Amino acid sequence: MAGSRRQKWLSLLLVNGTLLLLVLLWTVPTAGLFISSWRPRIDIQSTGWWSVFPHREWRTVATLDPRELGLDATGVMQVEGVEATFEELRAGVETPDGAQLRWLGNRRLGRIEVQERVWTVNWDFTTENYQQVLQGKDFEYVNPDGSVEIIPGDNFWGAIFNSIAVAVPATVIPILIAAFAAYGFAWMDFTGRRFFFVIVVALLVVPLQIALVPILRDYAKINLNGTFLAIWLAHTGFGLPLAVYLLFNYIRTMPREILESAFIDGASHFTVFLRLILPLSTPALASFAIFQFLWVWNDYLVALIFLGGNKETEVLTMRLANLVGSRGNDWHLLTAGAFVTMIMPLVVFFSLQRYFVRGMMAGSVKG
Amino acid sequence: MGFLQQNDSADSSIGGRIVTLVLRLILVVAIPLIAFAVLYAGFIFLREGNAPKWVITAVAIIWGVGGVAVLFWLFNWSVELFSDTWRARLQPFVFVGPALAILAWYLAIPVGRTFYISLFDRDGPGTGQFIGLANYATVFTDRLMREAFRNNIFLWIIFAVPLTVGFGLLVAVLADRSRFERTAKALIFLPMAISFVGAGVIWNFIYVVRPPDTEQIGLLNAIIVNLGGAPRFWPAHTAIAPWNNLFLVIIVAWLQSGYAMVLFSAAIKGIPEEILEAARVDGANEIEVFFKIMIPTILGTIITVTTTVVIFTLKIFDVVWVMTGGQFGTGVIATQFYRQSFIARNAGLGAAIAIVLLIAVIPVMIYNLRQFREQEAF
Repeated sequence: MAGSRRQKWLSLLLVNGTLLLLVLLWTVPTAGLFISSWRPRIDIQSTGWWSVFPHREWRTVATLDPRELGLDATGVMQVEGVEATFEELRAGVETPDGAQLRWLGNRRLGRIEVQERVWTVNWDFTTENYQQVLQGKDFEYVNPDGSVEIIPGDNFWGAIFNSIAVAVPATVIPILIAAFAAYGFAWMDFTGRRFFFVIVVALLVVPLQIALVPILRDYAKINLNGTFLAIWLAHTGFGLPLAVYLLFNYIRTMPREILESAFIDGASHFTVFLRLILPLSTPALASFAIFQFLWVWNDYLVALIFLGGNKETEVLTMRLANLVGSRGNDWHLLTAGAFVTMIMPLVVFFSLQRYFVRGMMAGSVKG
Repeated sequence: MGFLQQNDSADSSIGGRIVTLVLRLILVVAIPLIAFAVLYAGFIFLREGNAPKWVITAVAIIWGVGGVAVLFWLFNWSVELFSDTWRARLQPFVFVGPALAILAWYLAIPVGRTFYISLFDRDGPGTGQFIGLANYATVFTDRLMREAFRNNIFLWIIFAVPLTVGFGLLVAVLADRSRFERTAKALIFLPMAISFVGAGVIWNFIYVVRPPDTEQIGLLNAIIVNLGGAPRFWPAHTAIAPWNNLFLVIIVAWLQSGYAMVLFSAAIKGIPEEILEAARVDGANEIEVFFKIMIPTILGTIITVTTTVVIFTLKIFDVVWVMTGGQFGTGVIATQFYRQSFIARNAGLGAAIAIVLLIAVIPVMIYNLRQFREQEAF
């Protein structure tokens, strides 16, 4: 059975190898951003983030002065055992012993550097980028040529607080309203019950683009644009069909006897809902809460439209998108800023993965 | 309306009953008034407030969440003042009413309103002119709109959907046989937690281009230069149009594959092991098992995932907007909607585009309603 064992081993290798490759492909983009966010500004601008891994780099080991060696830069020169013209030296010429000669500077005053290929890692890390993004301080940088450059920071703190102020109520309010409605649909009797629920189901996939312009006009009339209330209500409206649908499906499956025995004890619908149904629905509530929280936290379009005109209530995604637009080449700010916006979702993801996956699966059809 | 509930208190004289009634009436009026006054004060504080950021955040959370709870309690409290029959009639609407009102205001009625706006010129109803279905003619003939449809349907749906579904399926099948299943699935699913704006920055950093004579700091161009190619900012490189769209499509496949994977993984775990074993004993190899047993068994899930990704791709906005702003031939329906509605200020045309988006998802809506009717939930 040696052949079969070998085949098994081979197939395991194939499975795990392909999987590893895919996982790497999926992780590298985020990892690159994360590594870069800790690298000094000059490094980000001049070398790829992968230079933190061991790699071979040309390093100058000696500097030669062409005038001292009596070289004539207009013709073919003899240096370190190679013959080369000025142009060739400018591009870099390899010597027989594996080093490289490179002419730096102009023809008359330049110098020749002897470079050797050495293994190296680029392990300069700094917290400056995060300080800049979080505290909004201006930073002075000394460029390689000695000039000093002042780069203004970018303050994300305000946006972090705004994101929290938007996301927490925009998660809790729809849950509360939807839980009441789900209870009503599941266990109360009223005219139009079926009709109204069919509408909820129909609204599940309606794209929210349909509502933006009319709602914006209403908000302009009642002077609500740019306020937290405006965006809470908008997220509540867009999240409600899914929330009602999910919670209804959950509450409906609860045994009816619970309810009946509670009524016999003289409880009202309100108490039954608060004391009994809400606590029992925790798993469903948690799944939807995580989905809605991340949806709101990561939302850009709704925030852009209902908070767009107000700098005071700007959320993280808007702050980051503005940074992309206005300072797209300040990669030290962009990488750190992007990571700041991701901390909350990543914490939620790693600590509540099970609920998160469930919520995501249920909520993927949201309009 | 009904009568306020009779209270069988010890004091049954007419005068006493009038006093309790008046007191009750005052309560009924005063409590909601006080509640509304407090809520309004909170709203004004949040709108005008110059307090430190964390104070505003704390007040916003307490006011927003607390306010809704108070309103529910208040509605219920006032309904419970009524007699039993009226209470039974009104109470369901305390529970269902707020949800229905918000759904009506934010989703149901806007469908009609947006359609109405779409029948007017750029100023919309009120100041604008009624132009009938002319906006819809523009939607289907305008050069940029045709480009958006081409990108959305022929590039996004044709490429993003198979890529997402394919990668999701591949990872689900592989992970099922691997000892590292949990870790692998977590890492592939991780991008789902990231915002599209954040993903835009991540991929911008992969696509970033430097002048040809300096070192490339973007991964893609570094690889291309190493292979002897010329560095470019590929998503905006119009010489390869319309294929530059694919550099944006990849981002969405990267983001969404995790979702497909999770659903497929659950479906594959649901296939009874005996069926797979029986096929293997009969001499089927792994590829035959995959195509002849797994795929047919999880076909339902494949259809669900495909539909979801199709809807999602139809509405794609943030990624395109952050990466290219819909320029360089990368516009899609949702970016055109945004451009017309909020930048070009063409309310009528913007509304018409939104209606077209709605029409595109109507088949799914009908499917959902059918499923619902079959479930016999009511």
